[in-house]
Amino acid sequence: MGSRRQATGGARQDAVAVERRTRNKGAAARPSALLSREQKLELYYWMRLTRTLEERLVALYRQTKVVGGLFRSLGQEADAVGSCFALERRDIMSPLIRNMGAMLVKGAAPLEILRQYMAKGDSPTRGRELNIHFGDLDRGFIGQISPLGDMVPVMAGVTLSFKMRGQDRVGLVYVGDGATSTGAFHEGINLAAVQKCPLVVIVESNQYAYSTPTWKQTAAKQMVDKAVGYGVQGLQADGNDVLAVYDVTKAAVDHARSGGGVTLVELITYRRKGHAEHDNQSYVPDGEIEWWAANNDPIDRYHGVLLKELGFTAPELDAVDARVRDEVDAATELAEQSPFPEPHDALQGVYADPAAETPLWFREGTRAAVERNERAEGWGTWDAKSGKGA
Amino acid sequence: MGDLGRQVGEGRMSEITYLEGIRQALFDEMERDPSVFCIGEDIGAFGGAFKVTEGLAAKFGDERVIDSPISEIGIVGAAAGAAHMGMRPVVEMQFIDFIANAYDILTNYVATARYRAFLPCPMVVRGPSGGYVRGGPFHSQNPEAGFIHTPGLKVVYPSTVADAYGLMKSAIRDEDCVLFFEHKYLYRRIKGELPAGDGAVPIGKARVAREGKDLSIITYAATVWKALEAAEQLEREDGLSVEVLDLRSLAPLDDEAIQATVRKTNRVLVVHEDTRTGGIAGEITARISESSFAWLDAPIMRVTAHDIPLPYAPQLEDFVLPQTSDVVRAARWVAAY
Ligand SMILES: Cc1ncc(C[n+]2csc(CCOP(=O)(O)OP(=O)(O)O)c2C)c(N)n1
Ligand SMILES: [Mg+2]
Repeated sequence: MGSRRQATGGARQDAVAVERRTRNKGAAARPSALLSREQKLELYYWMRLTRTLEERLVALYRQTKVVGGLFRSLGQEADAVGSCFALERRDIMSPLIRNMGAMLVKGAAPLEILRQYMAKGDSPTRGRELNIHFGDLDRGFIGQISPLGDMVPVMAGVTLSFKMRGQDRVGLVYVGDGATSTGAFHEGINLAAVQKCPLVVIVESNQYAYSTPTWKQTAAKQMVDKAVGYGVQGLQADGNDVLAVYDVTKAAVDHARSGGGVTLVELITYRRKGHAEHDNQSYVPDGEIEWWAANNDPIDRYHGVLLKELGFTAPELDAVDARVRDEVDAATELAEQSPFPEPHDALQGVYADPAAETPLWFREGTRAAVERNERAEGWGTWDAKSGKGA
Repeated sequence: MGDLGRQVGEGRMSEITYLEGIRQALFDEMERDPSVFCIGEDIGAFGGAFKVTEGLAAKFGDERVIDSPISEIGIVGAAAGAAHMGMRPVVEMQFIDFIANAYDILTNYVATARYRAFLPCPMVVRGPSGGYVRGGPFHSQNPEAGFIHTPGLKVVYPSTVADAYGLMKSAIRDEDCVLFFEHKYLYRRIKGELPAGDGAVPIGKARVAREGKDLSIITYAATVWKALEAAEQLEREDGLSVEVLDLRSLAPLDDEAIQATVRKTNRVLVVHEDTRTGGIAGEITARISESSFAWLDAPIMRVTAHDIPLPYAPQLEDFVLPQTSDVVRAARWVAAY
């Protein structure tokens, strides 16, 4: 226990140190300095939307309207939003469970996310998949699957295709600090590195993988060190500073776009909620969550920057908050009215051809089954005395 | 050995859950044999995603209840190596769906080790399996069939508290690798008492869960309970006497028990939650056809999941998975044939 406490305390200090490093770089050199006033406000909008939508999902979860588990990104909104904001419309991104914000930036609608969590028939996966496990190639995001790390080789392939076809597009894939321990992560990033794929791999160092602290996950001092072994560019930033996240990701995206290949970007942040809503975080040292909430909330921080450094006014930001609330309210109302899936829809789409499976014989009803087996005379009655069908 | 530190607190005679039965077996075996250790993701102080290993780290320490990185290949391979050297590892898959990641090392390395290199691999890989829990495509799977198809692996899948407890003991003591599937739907829904004494249940022996004379339902895991529900309804509504055979062990299969029930009732329904094509029901059907064709009064029929990845929405999941009403309908057909 003692060593664990020390380790997470150490991570906290690292985060502060990184913050200082990125802040001291000087505003002129930062890509974020080139963002328009609207774009700077947009960053705030996406983060606020992420948080408000998740808060709404919590309310729905408590009303048992969310069918499965609920996964929060509280305290990590800047890492998801700031990084995805560095992509162009034509680029492809693959999120993980803490990256609802990135999906919103890529055009996922709150209504889709609500329907998805509520397992509605008109959700993007028509009730087949959970939570934010969905994608849309047109809008530029590919849905994750649960097995961790698998999206890294998939995104290696996506970006390989960009290279093969000479397209000016890059890919971005998120993994948690825990997911870097998987074989799929290793094989995927290594392949992408060798092929010089235009891929950005974001490692979200949020200090935990479920209950497991990062020091039990890797003996590397920091995730960014892993870049050395793969022979790729390694960058690190304060994941709770949305402009720093944008800056570091933009640098990685530019590197990929100009033929430089893979960058591993470590974003240092903190998972303030449990792994999922049911997790009471008993394994977290006392005071740690409170420290991050009080001192390093990404939305509070950016709110302060907007007001104090970037010349925005409180009413402007309040108006964004109000707009977000209205949008989430409207989406919730629609999602609640959505129908549940029709059971038979389960049969559709396992293959392109055939387009649908046949319901099994016992489900169609015995009569059809009897007919198919051409023994209709046996159907219907059972003679308990003779022990035979009559 | 039994009562020392029963994790469930109460005495031996009280009812415990299926999950507590597994935990108790781990506890008793770790206490009995210092070479037994557990390794897996979040299994230490946290006690695992489902709390199966809760309390074990406090009792046996971090060295014997190891929190691993998220590395299924790593932990299964490390278990094999430790097992070669005389340890008795028990590996947890946080969800059994992720055993797919370790498929290579299990089927190519572990399963062949004894035959090819005379290296024993006495290890257990266990984890929460199965659906009916709205877990979606990656937290609901029943991947047993692929491993049954692999010579060198043993596979068990209990449905009761006593079997969960007793089969875990036998799995840990076995000289080969045993895959221990735990049905997460049963974890806290099924209660029962532990038997007096050691309570180890032999691997490879089925259990007659209900005696009957008109029709046999051969099944395992959660669908044992669906078959029992169906049997009751069939008795009440149709006057049918249904026998339910709980296989418990899927590799090796208990051919003797299968033949005995077939030759007794002459009508067979094989039921499982796994998908249909390539599922173990096909193997059982073939064995019956080979050994007991002359005793059959009806075709052997299967009630299984549809051949579809398991969807999340309740309406869809319930459609894809076999339900009690399906078992009733199918049993009526077989009985009336
Ligand atoms: C291959 C695999 N093994 C285990 C799991 C179970 N699991 C789901 S999330 C998780 C922890 C993930 O931690 P991390 O990668 O750090 O992401 P975070 O939740 O912190 O964002 C685990 C072990 C999984 N999904 N996939
Ligand atoms: Mg993490």
